[in-house]
Amino acid sequence: MAYGEKIIDHYEKPRNVGNFGTTDEVKKRADVGVGLVGAPECGDVMQLQIKVNQGTGVIEDAKFKCFGCGSAIASSSLATEWLKGRTLDEGLAIKNTEIVEELSLPPVKIHCSVLAEDAIRAAIADYKQKNGIGAESEKATAH
Amino acid sequence: MGLKFPIYLDHAATTPCDPRVVEAMLPFFTERYGNPGSRNHRFGWEAEEGVDTARQQVAALIGSDEKEVVFTSGATESNNIAIKGAAYMYERAPAGSGRPRGHIISAIHEHKAVLDPCKRLQKEGFDVTFLEPGSDGLITAEMVRGAMREDTILVTIMWANNEIGTINEIREIGALCHEREVIFHTDATQWVGKMPTDVGKDNVDLLSMSGHKIYGPKGVGALYVRRRKPRVRLQSLVDGGGQERGFRSGTLNVPGIVGLGKAAEIALQEMEQDGRRLLAMRTRLENAVTAALDVVQVNGHREKRLPQITNISFGFVEGESLMMAVKEIACSSGSACTSASLEPSYVLKALGVGDELAHSSLRLSLGRWTTDEQVDYAAEAIVKSVKKLRELSPLYDMHKEGIDLSKVEWAHH
Repeated sequence: MAYGEKIIDHYEKPRNVGNFGTTDEVKKRADVGVGLVGAPECGDVMQLQIKVNQGTGVIEDAKFKCFGCGSAIASSSLATEWLKGRTLDEGLAIKNTEIVEELSLPPVKIHCSVLAEDAIRAAIADYKQKNGIGAESEKATAH
Repeated sequence: MGLKFPIYLDHAATTPCDPRVVEAMLPFFTERYGNPGSRNHRFGWEAEEGVDTARQQVAALIGSDEKEVVFTSGATESNNIAIKGAAYMYERAPAGSGRPRGHIISAIHEHKAVLDPCKRLQKEGFDVTFLEPGSDGLITAEMVRGAMREDTILVTIMWANNEIGTINEIREIGALCHEREVIFHTDATQWVGKMPTDVGKDNVDLLSMSGHKIYGPKGVGALYVRRRKPRVRLQSLVDGGGQERGFRSGTLNVPGIVGLGKAAEIALQEMEQDGRRLLAMRTRLENAVTAALDVVQVNGHREKRLPQITNISFGFVEGESLMMAVKEIACSSGSACTSASLEPSYVLKALGVGDELAHSSLRLSLGRWTTDEQVDYAAEAIVKSVKKLRELSPLYDMHKEGIDLSKVEWAHH
């Protein structure tokens, strides 16, 4: 598949790869929200973790891991860049169409941007749930 | 000598034409351009001479009589002529009689050029049994025996598999077919020219082969049709001038046929040496990759395999991203699962390659001009890429944390 420059760039130099601890550790951390979306059978799984300043509600750091194609890796890498420094509500405002536009994703790869948006929502929902914020109506995306 | 990129390790897809083959072909484009069907002048005779020589060269490679070699446009056409031609000729009941027209045995991990003719015959009223291999990918004579019926007319089993290189029990299956008076066809595209072939001892009635897999040109192949014990008859699919004993009408592709002949001659001469060299090189490649990585698997039977092909699966890495990472290596990929980006391999699926390994595999196939240096580079690039992608893979983390991925509740989408 012939990809655009930005996808290749994110694929070759993915930003913010990693996590804030093992699966068990992050489960216990109230300042970390975890989103795990996709399924191995479908060929892509994204794990997005946000570290939130519990005082200000600002996302201070974000990390990802991704099992998936080049577009999935680039979409989740971009998502971490965009999340840093945003409030939770600003994070929720990120739309998959913006990711498509920024990376010039080909039509067959739109689902990768949708998955990245799902991951963002799931991570924020997890954080909110851990901190008892709001009656979260969207946490269905986490599982 | 420095390496040139990309490195070609896809010889099971096609091979470069040997310069000696090109040289043999050239005069037949511009000087000896006659039609071998022209009986009345030198141009025709010269072309016929070229074709006769090629027929002897191909016959020598497969251990047949030259009269048993039919030239075609390639192995796909050979398979079609053999499978459909035999089915129509040996059918037991006419179409529309309500009874199966005849029973055919094949296997689910055959090449599409065998599967699709079989499926067409199925639609036309033939019964077809597609055998399923075990995890080693082999089709044995016992499996064929178990599927035999009173109305079995044709068995078609490939000699060696194109994706994993596994070698089926051809001689034994052939013996069984002869005992039961069933026609036996084998798609030997990957086998012929690489491994010793003797259609007599190997009990083959119909054999398909291709030029471009053995360093010959594309667009030419051959079908071996046994003339004695049994004399195989086929209903022709293309009618016309009656060339090639009526099995395949149409003016002969003389330059292509001459090239195929020359390629066959070279293959016969260099087979043993090439085979030894390729096996050593493949072993080197497989050892380097499997020693450096965990959750990695070489697919198919470890010994009963062609020396030049390896198919390796890597756990916790997605196929397309792996292909992107090893972009300096020209090879084939497949996954045993449905993924948005890659066509799943029905061959790996047939082997039941486990879930965690199902997402990416590479088929690397070596050739006459592959060097140790290229193979070492490829091994290193693959190891580096898989490690890089595993750094990125949440699944690999979970695997290392001891989480059973099959027990996680995934959000299917």
